[in-house]
Amino acid sequence: MSHTPPKYVAWTRDQMAARIANDIEDGAVVNIGIGMPELVADHLSPNKEILLHSENGILGMGPRPAADAVDPDLINAGKQPVTLLDGGAFFDHSLSFAMMRGGHLDIAILGAFQVAENGDIANWSTGKPGAIPAVGGAMDLVVGARQVFVMMEHLTKDGQSKLVHRCTYPLTGLGCVTRVYTDLAVLDVTADGFAVRELCQGLSLDALQSLSGLTLAAA
Amino acid sequence: MLSKVRASALDALADVPDGATVMVGGFGNAGMPMELVDALIEQGATDLTIVSNNAGNGTTGLAALLAAGRVRKVICSFPRQTDSFVFDELYRAGKVELELVPQGNLVERIRAAGAGIGGFFTPTGYGTPLADGKESRVIDGRGFVLEYPIHADVALIKGRLADRWGNMVFRKTARNFGPIMASAAKISVAQVEEIVELGALDPEAIALPGIFVSRVVAVGKHAARSAA
Repeated sequence: MSHTPPKYVAWTRDQMAARIANDIEDGAVVNIGIGMPELVADHLSPNKEILLHSENGILGMGPRPAADAVDPDLINAGKQPVTLLDGGAFFDHSLSFAMMRGGHLDIAILGAFQVAENGDIANWSTGKPGAIPAVGGAMDLVVGARQVFVMMEHLTKDGQSKLVHRCTYPLTGLGCVTRVYTDLAVLDVTADGFAVRELCQGLSLDALQSLSGLTLAAA
Repeated sequence: MLSKVRASALDALADVPDGATVMVGGFGNAGMPMELVDALIEQGATDLTIVSNNAGNGTTGLAALLAAGRVRKVICSFPRQTDSFVFDELYRAGKVELELVPQGNLVERIRAAGAGIGGFFTPTGYGTPLADGKESRVIDGRGFVLEYPIHADVALIKGRLADRWGNMVFRKTARNFGPIMASAAKISVAQVEEIVELGALDPEAIALPGIFVSRVVAVGKHAARSAA
C-alpha cells in the first residue's frame, strides 16, 4: 500500500474554535464542555452577547480571573476559577440541570470519541477494563440542548475515523448531535447522514469520504 | 426555644451509625463541607455509602475518608479527576463499589427523595449503558428511563451564613448540591462561616429554609476562601 502525503491543510484547534464561535448567534445561551471546546470561549465576539451556562450553577459566566482575584467558591465545570458577568446569576444544581434537561439551552458544545451518522454520540467512556468511568453532565446536555455541537479531531492518533456509521464505544445519547466541527470539515447531521458544510483547504469531498469510510453528502 | 446550633462538628455527628448513607455536598472543593468530613473521620463511623458529585480530591476531605477505609460504596457522577488517585486505587483494587449516575439524574434522584416523589421518568441516559436493566418508556415519541429517589441518613453541607432556625444562604458556586441534599436526609448537618441573629438574613435571599436543616455548626472562614 503506497502512502501519498496529504495535500490538505487541517485547521488548527483555534481555527476550529473560531468557526464554532462565529456560528453562535447573538443572545444565545451556551454550555461549553470540558477539554477542547473550552477554546471556543476565547473566540467569542465582543460584539455579541452570549450567555455561558456552567452546570455547577452559573448563567452569565465570565472569563478566568487575574491570579490575585481567584475565588475558590467561583469555579466552572472543569473546577477552574472563573468570573461572573454583570447580569449573571447563581443557582443550585437542581435548577441548573432543569435548564439543561428541560430544553432551555440553545447550544451545548462537547468533545467526543465518536459521532455516528444517526446523531448518536459516545464521549464518556472507552469501555476499557481498569478505566475509571465518569459521566458528569454530558448525558443531560445531549438530551436537553436544542443544538448539540461536537468539536473533535476527525481521526484518532492511529488514523481511525471518529465519524462512524454506528458508535462502538458506550453511548452518551441517541440521535442528538446536530453538527460536528473537526480539523478537516464541518458537517451537519441530517436524516440521511452527514452533510458537509465546509472542507479544510485542499481537501476534496472524495478524499474526506475515503478518510471517514462513510458516504457524505455535500450540503 | 428552637436552636439547631451545635457546639462543634464532632458534636453534630455523634450519632452517625455504621452503615449509614451519607450525602456530601460540593462540586470539587466548592461547597465541600471539609470540617464536617474531617469530624466524620474522627467520629469513626464505617461501612458508609457516600453520595456526592465527585469521589474526593487530593488527600483531604472525602479522599481522606476513603483512604481511612470507611467507605463501602460511592454513588457519584464524576469520580475520575486529575487528583482522584485515592479513589482510583481503591476502585481498581475492588475495595470500593461505584454506582455511576449522570449528574442531572443524581441531583433529581436526591430532589425526588426530599420532595416525596416515588420515581420519575428522565430522558437522560436513555439507550446508554447507564440505563441497562432499568425500566423505560416512550412518552410522546421520546424515550425515558425510570429512576428512583436516593434517600440518606445524613447530609453534610456547607453554607455561608445560618441563623439558629437553620435558615441558610450560600456563596457563589458553592451552593450546588447543598440545598437539595439537605432535603433528602433524615439528619442534615450544615457547616457555615458564621451564625447570625434571627432576622439578620434577608428572607428573599434564603436559599435553604431551616425546615430542611437539623443541625448547624459555625466553623469560621475556610482557609481556601482567604484569596477572595
